Amino acid sequence: MYKVVTKRFLNDAKTICLFEIEAPLIARHAQAGQFVIFRLDEQGERVPVSVAGYDREKGTVTVMVQAAGRTTKMLHTVAEGDYITDIVGPLGKATEMDGLKKVCVVGGGVGCAIAYPIAKEMHERGIEVTFIGGFRSADIVILKEELKAASDKLIMCTDDGTYGEKGFTTVFLKQEIDANIAEGRPQFDRVIAIGPDIMMKFLADVTRPYGIKTIISLDPIMVDGTGMCGGCRVIVGGETKFACVDGPDFDAHEVDFDSLLKRAAFYKDEQDAAAQHICNMTGGKRNG
Amino acid sequence: MANMKMEKNPMPEQDPIVRASNFDEVALGYSAEAAIDEAKRCLNCRDPRCRTGCPVSVRIPEFIAKVAEGDFDAAYDIITSTNSLPAVCGRVCPQEKQCESKCVRSIKGESVGIGRLERFVADYHMNKKGKAKIEEPESNGHRVAIVGSGPAGLTCAGDLRKLGYDVTVFEAFHKSGGVLVYGIPQFRLPKEIVAAEIDNLKAMGVKIVNNAIVGKSETVDELFEDGFEAVFIGSGAGLPQFLHIPGENLLGVYSANELLTRVNLMKAYRDDYDTPIKHFGRVAVVGAGNVAMDAARVAKRLGAEHVYICYRRGRDELPARKEEVEHAEAEGIEFNLLNNPVAIHGGEDGHVTGIELVRQELGEPDEKGRRKPVAVEGSNWILDVDTVVIAIGTSPNPLIRNTTEGLTFTKKGGIEADEGGVTAREGVFAGGDAVTGSATVILAMGAGKAGAKSIDKYIKSKG
Ligand SMILES: Cc1cc2nc3c(=O)[nH]c(=O)nc-3n(C[C@H](O)[C@H](O)[C@H](O)COP(=O)(O)OP(=O)(O)OC[C@H]3O[C@@H](n4cnc5c(N)ncnc54)[C@H](O)[C@@H]3O)c2cc1C
Ligand SMILES: Cc1cc2nc3c(=O)[nH]c(=O)nc-3n(C[C@H](O)[C@H](O)[C@H](O)COP(=O)(O)OP(=O)(O)OC[C@H]3O[C@@H](n4cnc5c(N)ncnc54)[C@H](O)[C@@H]3O)c2cc1C
Ligand code: SF4
Ligand code: SF4
Ligand code: FES
Repeated sequence: MYKVVTKRFLNDAKTICLFEIEAPLIARHAQAGQFVIFRLDEQGERVPVSVAGYDREKGTVTVMVQAAGRTTKMLHTVAEGDYITDIVGPLGKATEMDGLKKVCVVGGGVGCAIAYPIAKEMHERGIEVTFIGGFRSADIVILKEELKAASDKLIMCTDDGTYGEKGFTTVFLKQEIDANIAEGRPQFDRVIAIGPDIMMKFLADVTRPYGIKTIISLDPIMVDGTGMCGGCRVIVGGETKFACVDGPDFDAHEVDFDSLLKRAAFYKDEQDAAAQHICNMTGGKRNG
Repeated sequence: MANMKMEKNPMPEQDPIVRASNFDEVALGYSAEAAIDEAKRCLNCRDPRCRTGCPVSVRIPEFIAKVAEGDFDAAYDIITSTNSLPAVCGRVCPQEKQCESKCVRSIKGESVGIGRLERFVADYHMNKKGKAKIEEPESNGHRVAIVGSGPAGLTCAGDLRKLGYDVTVFEAFHKSGGVLVYGIPQFRLPKEIVAAEIDNLKAMGVKIVNNAIVGKSETVDELFEDGFEAVFIGSGAGLPQFLHIPGENLLGVYSANELLTRVNLMKAYRDDYDTPIKHFGRVAVVGAGNVAMDAARVAKRLGAEHVYICYRRGRDELPARKEEVEHAEAEGIEFNLLNNPVAIHGGEDGHVTGIELVRQELGEPDEKGRRKPVAVEGSNWILDVDTVVIAIGTSPNPLIRNTTEGLTFTKKGGIEADEGGVTAREGVFAGGDAVTGSATVILAMGAGKAGAKSIDKYIKSKG
């Protein structure tokens, strides 16, 4: 059993919640870009979420989780001081940062939570970080202060213009790239983009003509997270890769987005049914 | 006087039609009468050939003689003097290739039902009330780490604990037991049996740390830094192989591991668990080993209308246990033998619509004496299916390989180790599927035993 030592909602709409969990084995090794898999209770699914932070001394890891379906909704009902049954990790490879000087990190929605520790660590290492954070509207914006502290330049945008700039992340990324050229500044030597698959696909299209290496973090369906089931396979550069061990970071210009988008929708019906089930029957709690 | 019946006492089984829609155990086990009757078929040979067929040399005629006398407790002690998981082995050993293949009674008629008797004795013991309390051996102060809680790791842990070592098992999954819990289905090996064996080990003082992936949560080097004097690697062979044919990334193509893990470990077949599983209509399972049979029978139990085994060789070459093939057939699994898949076809939406097969003929025998299948030109045909399960084997997981210095590896990715589990790196031992690639439960246990012996010798030699 693993104790939740801190719980805090990150936005007004309470769609994304932070959990700091006691897990010394994971805290000892976790790095930005890696993930963990948790299980709420004996009947629970194994759910992958990114490492959003860690405290090696305290022996805790932090995750920021959006209520997407049944399990994540139930997680949101876990209180500070409660326990979850399992958490395992850190899994996957850490985000590569060596040798980078100037990076643009783009987050979309809950992707900002995953992108945040990467930006923070790069910033701490002295890499120049531009952060572009995109959200649907003001009520779901997260990490306003944290992102400011973790970047040299921060652009926040919403689809409806209720917070920050109005527009999509793709527009602002292109603007920044073009501005670097127009003003004779060094170009980004890397773009790191994390968000909905469709956003990452369009961001990859933005950077492709400029030849800027673009890394995205993929989140296909996973079961074990250790390379054992093959459920997380994605096609990258024409080859089949397992996102849990070969990734989750991959070169966006090599990823086959078509098959990715199809695979992600595979369990949709079952998940919708399951989420429905929990809400109607017990209002979010399994045993009453 | 020996019982000279030619056939084994039949194993009571659940009716095939009933069992094809439940996950309860198929084979129900002998009654005491049937066990005693079967035991009397043993001739108690002076030079028992059966023993040479058992990888852990169970003292077969001795335990069977005790069964014949009705002294099941004595029989249990004899079996467990060399085999620590008899309830498991009695159920899943490929007896027809091991102990029973060597039994003299099989020259004329059927061999003695050694596996069934072993299972009977183990079950008798497990169900018995008022068992003697398990003693916790005194610690000798030396610490050993075991990676993986499959049969290899558990056996090694148990043997070392009995010798007084302070043993900690690190297991990646939230449940212990390796393939015994995530691979082999409930209807063949009830998970309660594995859990009982693990409880026994815990009662002996073996510590098990779940959710700990060696190489990720901590490395082998860190285990040594943390004060472990030796490490045994029993991490199995969990990496699924794919066919590398067109269409393998379509929706509805699973590795057997994914299907079995969802169902066995995460209990997708039970309504009270959250694991999603697709409804299957027509399923093709590629491969014909134990894993393929298990996947096929699981798919059937989840409601598939048709389940086909697609295998490029013939009936005589089926690698699965004989009993599993018979059970699968009785449950209505259809066999497309001598058919090799060359492509998986899909529709607009990316879902599987069929699997393309090529008929095969058997040609010349290969080095192992197995007749090689040869494609019949132009005989391609498409079998309509909505789900394809790939069960063509697994190889050792590269995690330890990628994070541990000083080990050497075989071409197939296995850790190189000698008979005693000794690897190229001092203090590191290995055994089971992690070394050999996928094999059997009993071989993995044998390797765990050998590893324990070598570790004991190694630590004692250091003083
Ligand atoms: C490497 C990785 C890192 C992730 N990091 C985060 C994170 O930091 N914060 C966060 O909120 N979410 C993260 N996710 C996504 C998170 O795992 C899913 O939202 C979660 O599994 C949904 O579970 P559920 O039972 O609540 O919803 P479900 O009812 O199972 O599904 C809801 C939606 O989530 C999708 N989904 C379901 N299972 C998965 C899965 N295993 N992986 C990806 N998508 C899935 C479904 O397609 C569906 O649209 C990550 C996923 C991966 C693979
Ligand atoms: C579906 C199926 C059916 C089978 N049927 C039969 C049968 O009928 N009869 C038979 O004799 N054999 C059968 N086998 C084969 C048999 O189960 C294996 O040969 C045997 O389990 C191997 O044991 P092991 O201890 O080497 O490895 P495993 O049982 O694979 O156990 C390895 C354990 O190590 C863990 N692990 C891996 N990496 C790490 C790490 N880095 N850190 C921590 N833990 C780790 C894994 O999670 C796993 O729990 C079957 C196999 C399968 C898959
Ligand atoms: S352990 Fe397996 S091979 Fe040995 S006697 Fe028992 S059933 Fe036969
Ligand atoms: S070979 Fe057969 S008959 Fe002889 S001792 Fe073994 S089991 Fe009994
Ligand atoms: S999650 Fe199973 S192989 Fe990646």
